[in-house]
Amino acid sequence: MYPIILLSVLGVVTLFLGFSKSKNVLLPSVLVFLIIAVAGNFIEWNQGPLSYFYDMLRVDNLTLSFSGIVLVSAFMIVAISGGFRDNAESEPAEYYALMLFSLVGAIMMISFSHLIMLFIGVEILSVAMYVLTGSNKRNLRSNEAALKYFLMGAFATGFMLFGMALIYGATGSFSLLKIQSFVTITNVAAPSYLLYAGLLLLLVGMLFKVSAAPFHFWTPDVYEGAPTIFTAFMSTIVKTAGFAAIYRLLDGSFAGAYEFWWILLAAIAALTLIVGNVGAAGQSSFKRMMAYSGISHAGYLLIAVTAISAPSQTAIVFYSIAYSLATICAFAVLILVSNENTINGQPGEHYDAFNGLAKKNPLLAFVMTVSMLSLAGIPLTAGFWGKFMVFSSAADRGIIWITVIAVLMSTVGIYYYFRVIMASYLKEGQLAEIRVAPFFKAVIVVATFLTLLFGLAPSLLEGLI
Amino acid sequence: MLVDRSFINMLTLLIILLPIIAGILTLISGERMAKQIALAGALAVFAVAVYIWLQFDPSSGTQFSFRYNWLSNGSILFAGGIDGISLLLVLLTTFLTPLIILSAFSHTYKQNHVFYALILFMESALLGVFTATDAFLFYLFFEAALIPIYFLAAVWGGDHRLKVTIKFFIYTIFGSLFMLVALIYLYYQTPGQHSSEITALYGLDLSAKSQGFVFWAFFIAFAIKMPLFPFHTWQPDTYTESPTPATMLLSGIMLKMGVYGLIRLLLPITPEGLSTWGIYAIILSVIGIIYGSIIAIQQSDMKRLIAYSSFAHVGLMAAGVFSLSANGLQGAMIQMLAHGINVVGLFFVIDIIYARTKTRYLEQLGGISQAAPHLSVYFMVLLLGSVALPLTNGFIGEFLLLSSVFQFNGWIGAVAGITIILGSVYMLRLFQKAMFGPKSKWVEGFQDLTLNERAVLLPLVVMVFWIGIYPNTFLKITEPAVNQLLTLVK
Repeated sequence: MYPIILLSVLGVVTLFLGFSKSKNVLLPSVLVFLIIAVAGNFIEWNQGPLSYFYDMLRVDNLTLSFSGIVLVSAFMIVAISGGFRDNAESEPAEYYALMLFSLVGAIMMISFSHLIMLFIGVEILSVAMYVLTGSNKRNLRSNEAALKYFLMGAFATGFMLFGMALIYGATGSFSLLKIQSFVTITNVAAPSYLLYAGLLLLLVGMLFKVSAAPFHFWTPDVYEGAPTIFTAFMSTIVKTAGFAAIYRLLDGSFAGAYEFWWILLAAIAALTLIVGNVGAAGQSSFKRMMAYSGISHAGYLLIAVTAISAPSQTAIVFYSIAYSLATICAFAVLILVSNENTINGQPGEHYDAFNGLAKKNPLLAFVMTVSMLSLAGIPLTAGFWGKFMVFSSAADRGIIWITVIAVLMSTVGIYYYFRVIMASYLKEGQLAEIRVAPFFKAVIVVATFLTLLFGLAPSLLEGLI
Repeated sequence: MLVDRSFINMLTLLIILLPIIAGILTLISGERMAKQIALAGALAVFAVAVYIWLQFDPSSGTQFSFRYNWLSNGSILFAGGIDGISLLLVLLTTFLTPLIILSAFSHTYKQNHVFYALILFMESALLGVFTATDAFLFYLFFEAALIPIYFLAAVWGGDHRLKVTIKFFIYTIFGSLFMLVALIYLYYQTPGQHSSEITALYGLDLSAKSQGFVFWAFFIAFAIKMPLFPFHTWQPDTYTESPTPATMLLSGIMLKMGVYGLIRLLLPITPEGLSTWGIYAIILSVIGIIYGSIIAIQQSDMKRLIAYSSFAHVGLMAAGVFSLSANGLQGAMIQMLAHGINVVGLFFVIDIIYARTKTRYLEQLGGISQAAPHLSVYFMVLLLGSVALPLTNGFIGEFLLLSSVFQFNGWIGAVAGITIILGSVYMLRLFQKAMFGPKSKWVEGFQDLTLNERAVLLPLVVMVFWIGIYPNTFLKITEPAVNQLLTLVK
C-alpha cells in the first residue's frame, strides 16, 4: 500500500526535479525514491492480509513479493539507464516520472481485490508504457511501435472492460470475494454463461498484456521498436504484474470454476510455448529473439497458473525473479554492445553484434552467458529452479502432457539462447573494449551473482514465500 | 582401524567438493602454474577415492552418506552416498582424471587455466552423478556435467566445432529433460510427504501403463547419453571435433553416466516396464553393436574409428544391463571400468600419433612401429584389451555380457557375439595400417614416447592386466550391491 502513495508523490517530485539545472541530481534521486518504495513495500511483510479502501486493495505476503520483484527490477533498470545522457533529445525527468507512475499501476494490478482497481492499474501501467515505447520520437520504428501498442492495447482493454461488465451482470459485484462466493455457491447450482463469457473476455485482455499467444502479435514489433531500456522494463515489470494479476483473479475468484477454464488456459499455454520458441529460433536479431523468448516464458508461467496448486505460487514468484534477473542482464549487455556496434547510426542488435565479445570484454560475455543459461533453464542457475517448480506444479495437478510440450520447447530454447554464447565465445569479431560505468557494472554483477546463488541455493528464496 | 565416523561420512561430500576447490585454485593461479595445480588437485581427489576404497565395506550397502535439505520443504535433498556400484565408477573417474590432465601437458592450449579448471569441474559433476542418492540431485549433476564439456569441446575443438557441439548439447539435454519430467511425475507418486530419494522411488507401485512411460523417458535420456542406436548421431562428430582430453572425458567417463543411470534408476524403478519393453531395448542395443562395428571397419580417421568402436562397446553393456541378470550387471560394471581405461588409452595413442604426424588418416600412416617400438607395445596392449583377448581387461566384461545376452535369448546373443569378430577386424586393421607396413612420408622423424606420455600409458597398461588377470578385486566391490539390486527388481 505504501509504495502506491510514495511512488505517486515521488513521481510528481521527479517531474519537478527535471527543472533543476544540474543533470546529476535526477538519477540518484530516482534511485533513492525506489529504495524508499522498496522499504515501504516490505514494512507490511508478515502483517497478514491487510485490506484498504473498503477492501478494494488487499495486501499479503504474496502480493508483497510481487511488488518487491517489480520495484527491485525497476531499480535495476533505472540504474542501467544511466540518466539517458547519450541522447540530447531525451527528457529523462519525464521518462523517470512515467516509470514511477507505471509502477503505481503495476502494484495496483498486483494487489487488487476489486475489478475496478484491476482496470485502473492496467490502464495506468499501459498508458505510461505507450508513451515510453514511443519516446525515441525521431525514430520511425519507435513511433510505429508506440502506435501499434496503443491501438492493440486499447482494443484489448475494451475486451477487458466488456468482460468485467458481464461479470458484474452475472454476479452483481466487482469484488473478488463476492464473485468468489457467487462462483462457489450460486454458479454450482445453475451455471451462469454470462459469468463464463465475462471471464473469457477478461482473460483475453489480461493475456494480451502478458503477450500470450494468440494475443502476442504486437510483441515482437513493439519490443524491437521501443528503446532497449524500456523493452527491458516492459518484458520484466509488465509481465510480472500481469501474471500476478491473472493469478490473483483466478485464485481469488474463479478457483471454483476450475473445470471450466483450466483446459483453455492449458491450451493457450501450450500454444504460447510453441509460438514463442519456434518464433525465437527463426530470428536473426537478438532483440527480436528476446521478444519471442518473452512470449515463451509467458507460456511457462501460464503452466503454473493453470496448475493453480499449492506449489504454483512459489513457482510463479521464483520464476518471475529468475526471469527478471536474467532478462535485465541480457538487455543491459545488449545496450552496451549495440551502442558499440552501430550499423548506419542505428544500434546493431543482431547476433553478429556479439561476435568475439569474450575476447576484450570477458565480464560482459560471462554475464550474458549466465543469463542465457538461466533463461534456457540449465541447472545451477536460478532459471532451472523456476522451470523445475513450474513443472512440479503441473505434475502436482496431474497435467503431465503440458510438461512434455514444455520440455520439448525448452530444447528449442537452448538453440537460440546458445547462439549468443557461441557468438561471444567462439566467433571472431572486432569488438573493442567497452567502457562500463561502475554503477552499471555493479548492477549486472550483482544480478549475475544472484542468478547463480539462487541456482545453487534456491531455498534462500523459496523458503521465504 | 578406528576412524572417526563423522569424518568418514564427510568423504563423499569431500570428493565432490575437492575438484571444485582445485578447479577454482587452477583458475586463479593463472596460466603458468595451471597444469601443475590441476594435476595435484586431481591426484588429491584420487587419493581420497583410494582412501574411501580402503574404508569401504562391500557388504553394508550405501556408506559415507551425507544428507541436507536443498529446497526448504525437504522435497529435494542434497544427499549422497557410496555403494559398490558407485564406488567402482568413483574409482574410475578419479583414476582417469589425473591421467587425462597429464595427457594434455604436451599441448599448449590457449587460456590453459580455464581449460584445466573445466576438466576439474567436469570431474566434480561426474562424481556427483555417481554418488547422488537423491533423484533430483542426480539429474542436476547429470545436466551440470554438460556445461564444462560443452565449453571444452566448443572453445578448444576442431574446425566444425560450432555446429557439432550445439547439436551435442541440444541432443543430450533433450533426452535428460524427459528424465526430469519422469522424475517429477515419480516424485508426486510417492506416498505422504513426497520424497525424491532414489530408494523412495524404488518402492513405488506404478501401474503398467505409467511404468511404460517412465521406462521410455529414462531410456531416451540414458540412450542419448551413452549413446545407443538410433540416438548416436551426435557422438562420432563430437568425439572427433573435441580436443582429445574432452574426448577422453566423454568416452572414458561421461558415457558411463548413461549406463549407471540404467542400473541405478531404470532397472529398479520400472521392472515391469523393463519386462514388457526390455526386448526392444536389447534389440536396439544389439543393432548398435553390429552397426557401430561395421562403420568402424570403414573408417579411415582413427579418432572416428575409436568413436564408433566405443559406440559398439556401450551397446553391449546396455544389452547386458537390460538382460537383467547378475552376469549382465557384473559384466557391465567391469566392462565400464575396462572400456574407460582402454578408450582413454587409445585416444591418447591417437593423439600422440596425430601430434607428430599431423594426420589421423590411416592411408597416410604406416611403419610407426619401426620408429617407435615403445609406443607400439603400449598401443598393442590397449588394443588387445579392447578386442577382449583373454587375460586383458576387456575379456572378463565381454564374456559376462555376452553370456547374459545369450541366456536372455540365444538368437540375439549369437548376433551380439559377432562383435568379437568385428571388433578384432577393425582394431587389428587400425594397428596394421598405422604401425606396420612401409614407412609413410608423414611418419618421417617420428619420436618415441616421452617421459610424460609413458607416465600416462603405464598406469593404464597396468590396469589392463590387473583387471584381466585378477578381476575379483573389482568384481567383489560391486557384487553385493548388484545382488541387492536384483532382489529388489525381482
